[in-house]
Amino acid sequence: MAWKRKDLLSMQDLEAAEITDVLDTAESMKEIASREIKKVPTLRGKTVVNLFYEASTRTRTSFEIAGKWLSADVINFSASGSSAEKGESLLDTAKNIEAMRPDVVVVRHKASGAAALLARHLRCAVVNAGDGAHEHPTQALLDLLTIREKKGHLEGLNVAIVGDVTHSRVARSNIYGMRKMGITVTVAGPPTLIPAACQELGVKVSHRLEEAIAHADVIMMLRLQHERMLSGFIPSIREYSRVWGLTLARLEHCRPDVLIMHPGPVNRGVELSPEVADSRYSVILDQVTNGVAIRMGVLFLLAGGKAA
Amino acid sequence: MNLLIRNGRLLDPAAGVDGMLDLMIAEGRIARTGQRLEAPADIRVVDATGKVVCSGFIDIHTHLREPGHEYKETIASGTRAAAAGGFTAVCCMANTFPVNDNRAVTDYILARARVEGVVRVHPIGAVTRNLEGTQLAELAEQAEAGCVAFSDDGRCVTNAELYRRAMEYTLPFGTPIISHAEDPDLSHGAAMNEGIVSTELGIHGQPAAAEDVMVARDIVLAELTQAHVHIAHVSTAGAVRMIREAKARGIRVTAEVTPHHLLLTDEAVRGWDPNTKMAPPLRGKRDVEALLEALADGTIDCIATDHAPHALSEKEDEFAEAANGVVGLETAVSVLLDRLVRPGIIDLGTLVARLSSAPARLLNLPGGSLAPGAVADVTILDLGQPWTVDPARFRSRARNTPFAAWAGIGGPWMTIVGGVPITV
Amino acid sequence: MTVQREKAQVLDEAGLDRALTRIAHEIVEQAEGVDRVALVGIKTRGVTLAERIAKKVAAIEGARPSVGALDITLYRDDLGLKAEQPQVRSTEISFPITGRIVILVDDVLFTGRTIRAAMDALMDLGRPRIIRLAVLVDRGHRELPIRPDYIGKNLPTSRRETVAVMLREHDGIDRVVIQEPPEG
Repeated sequence: MAWKRKDLLSMQDLEAAEITDVLDTAESMKEIASREIKKVPTLRGKTVVNLFYEASTRTRTSFEIAGKWLSADVINFSASGSSAEKGESLLDTAKNIEAMRPDVVVVRHKASGAAALLARHLRCAVVNAGDGAHEHPTQALLDLLTIREKKGHLEGLNVAIVGDVTHSRVARSNIYGMRKMGITVTVAGPPTLIPAACQELGVKVSHRLEEAIAHADVIMMLRLQHERMLSGFIPSIREYSRVWGLTLARLEHCRPDVLIMHPGPVNRGVELSPEVADSRYSVILDQVTNGVAIRMGVLFLLAGGKAA
Repeated sequence: MNLLIRNGRLLDPAAGVDGMLDLMIAEGRIARTGQRLEAPADIRVVDATGKVVCSGFIDIHTHLREPGHEYKETIASGTRAAAAGGFTAVCCMANTFPVNDNRAVTDYILARARVEGVVRVHPIGAVTRNLEGTQLAELAEQAEAGCVAFSDDGRCVTNAELYRRAMEYTLPFGTPIISHAEDPDLSHGAAMNEGIVSTELGIHGQPAAAEDVMVARDIVLAELTQAHVHIAHVSTAGAVRMIREAKARGIRVTAEVTPHHLLLTDEAVRGWDPNTKMAPPLRGKRDVEALLEALADGTIDCIATDHAPHALSEKEDEFAEAANGVVGLETAVSVLLDRLVRPGIIDLGTLVARLSSAPARLLNLPGGSLAPGAVADVTILDLGQPWTVDPARFRSRARNTPFAAWAGIGGPWMTIVGGVPITV
Repeated sequence: MTVQREKAQVLDEAGLDRALTRIAHEIVEQAEGVDRVALVGIKTRGVTLAERIAKKVAAIEGARPSVGALDITLYRDDLGLKAEQPQVRSTEISFPITGRIVILVDDVLFTGRTIRAAMDALMDLGRPRIIRLAVLVDRGHRELPIRPDYIGKNLPTSRRETVAVMLREHDGIDRVVIQEPPEG
C-alpha cells in the first residue's frame, strides 16, 4: 500500500497496514548496512534537519546515519547554545529553519504535542523523534521490527512493559503499535509509575514483576530516571532495583525463548542486571541496528517521493 | 437617560415576571413596566419585537488586565467586549500589575473605568499583598475605595490561618471572599485534567482532588467564621457535592461556573489546541453532568466567564508551556443560549437569573432587577439570531477562545447601561 | 491505470523457452566457461528469467552460474515524479561481484532507465569486470545509450503500447503479448 501521510507523528494515528508497510520497507533496506559502500542515491539532494531540543546522542545519530546512507544532506540543530537559549519559541525556530527549505524536520522536544505543533505549521515532512511523555513512533517501529524478526510474527504474542510507564513515550507508542498488530500487552510497575486510567488503553496492569513476566514472549524494560525518586514517585533507586530490576534469577521463571528489550540507555544494575543486559536473551543491540533501518524506511517513505 | 423598550417579552425571574410588557426608563432608572406604554414625545424608542428583555447581565469574574498587562486587554477593550457579549457590568480580578492590593490601584481602575469603560466596572481586591499569600492586603481601605469582594484568584491562599483571618476581618464589610480552590502541590506541573486523555497524550494532569481538597477546606473555614465564601469557577462533581451539602447545613458558601466548563470536557484537549488550556482545567463527562445539574437546582448560584485574555504569542506554544486561560465575554451568552437553552437542558428563566439577578445579589451590586427604581441596566436577547464565532472580529484584544468557528442561534442583541444603549 | 486490451501474442510457451535456450548458449559461448559468470535478475520477473537461464546453462555446461536478485527502487531517477511511492524490495546478492562477468537479466528493455539504475546499484556493491545485458524482449524507444548483448526477441512497438511478459511462476502461464489502451 502506498504511504500517504505528510508526517510521522504518532503510532496512535497509524493503521496496522501502514505499520506493516514501514516494517517491510525497513527490512528491505537492512542489507545496505552490510555493504562495503553504505550508500544508495535515493534521497540525494534532499535535506533532513534534526531539531533536537533534548540531548540524545543515540537517536540523533541513528537518524543521521539513516539519512546519510540514503545520500541526504543531514543537518543537526541542537537547542543548547542556539536561539532557543535566547528565548526563541519553538514555532519561530521551526519557521526560520523552514525558510531554508528542508525536506524533512526530525524533532525531539520535552513538551507533549510539540511535533504536532510543528507539523501543523510546517510545509515539509515532520518526524516525531520524541515529544515529552507522548510518543516516540520510530522507537516502537524498531521494537516491532526486532520482535517480528526474532519471533517470525507479531500477532498473538505477549509483551510485558516494565517500569516508569507514566513518563514514558516509548511505552505509549509501543502500547498503541503493539495493540494494532494483535499483541497482548501487560504493563507493570509500582502504582505511582502507572498512569491514570491505564487499563482503558487496552492493557493488563500488574504491580508484581514476577506475575507480569511469567508468560511473556518479550519483556521490555523502561529506563528509570533519577528525578523520579527526587519528586516522590518512588522512595529510592535502590529499593526500585531490588523490587523491579530484572536479574538472571528472575528470568529462570520465564519462557526459555523470552526476548529482553530496552530502549536505551540502560541503567545497569537498576532496570537490568549487567548479566541480563549481556545475556543471550537480550536483543538490545539488534534494536539499535533496526533503528537505523526503520529510520531509513521512514525517511524514504516521507521524502523519497514528491518534492517538498 | 430616557428610553422606552416596547413590544418585547419581559423576563425578570427574580420578580417572577415573564410576559409581553413594555419597559419605561427615566433618568437612568427603571420607571415602570406595563402593557402598551405611551411614549412621551421626545423619548427614544427601542422596538423589541420578537426579543427578550432582561435585567442586565453581570460577569463577576473577569480579568481586565489593566494596569500593567495592557498588551493583553485594557479596561476599554475589555468593557467593549463585555457590552458586545450582552454584559452591563463586570467585576475585575486583582491579578493586575501592580496587583490591586491597595486603594491606589482600586482608585486607578475606577478612574480609568469612568473615562474608558463602556459598562459598569466593579473592582475585586486582593486578599493578600501581591497575591503572595503571606500577609493581608489593606482590606478595609480597599472596601472603602469600592472593592465589592476579595480574591487572590489566579492563586490559591494555602495558609488556612491567614485565610481565616481574612474572612473574619472582612465580615463587617459585606464583601465576600471569592476563592480560587486549587491545591498547588496536587496541581504542580499539570497542564490539564488527570484522566484517560492526559494518559494518552502524555501530559501531566491534575486530579479533581486538587480542587476538592481546597473546596472542602474553604467550606470548613466558612463555617468557622460564618463568612460568605464564594467558590470561583467550580469544575468538579466532588466540589458540587460538597457545596450542596454545605448549603443544606446553612453554611454561607456560594458558587459560580464558567460556560466552557459547562460545555466542554477534557476530550477537547486532544487536538493540542492551547485554547483548551485553563485553570481549573476542562474535566470529565461526569463532572460536566454534575455541573449542569447543580446549575439547574441552584447549588451553583451564577455563571461567570473567567474572561482571561492573553497575547497570541503566549498561547501559541507547546501545550505545557502555553498560558492558562480563555476569553469568554463575547461568547458566553450565545453559546449558552444555543447549547443549553435551545435543547432544553436548562430553561431561559434559569439562565437569565444565573447571569443577572444572582450575581447582583451575591455581591450586592446595583442591577439584577427590572423593578421600578432599579438602575436601568438591560440586556435584550434575540433568540433567533444566527451567529458564528469569529475571533478575528472580537472587540477584546485577545483571541484565545475554545469556541472558534462554533455556530448557533440566539445571542445578545442590545446592551443598555443606565438607560443608554451601548454601541461597540 | 487503464485496462489494456490485448493486441497480439508475440511469444508462446515454446517460443519463450527456445529464446531462453538460445540466450543460455550465447552466454556460455561468449564467456568461455561458467565459473566467472553471475546472472543478476532485476526484480521481479528478471529474477525468474535469470533462474531459468541459469538452469539451462547448468544443463549445457554441467555447472550452474551464481544467481542474484537486484531491486533498483532506491536507484530510480523518477522517484520525485511518481504519484505513488513504489514498493522497496530487497536486493539479494550473496556472492561478491568484484572481478566477475555480471549479466543483468530483465524481461523487457524499453527506455533503458531501469538498466542505468541497475548498473549504479551494481557499482555500489562492487566492481564487476564486465557487465552485460540479457533481455527477453527489446521493444525499442531507448532514451539512454544502453544496448543489450543477448536478446530473446526484437519487437518494434509504438509508445502507447505495452509489452506484458507473463511467466508461469507469477502468472500461471508463459507468454508475451502486446497490449494497447482501448479506443476512446
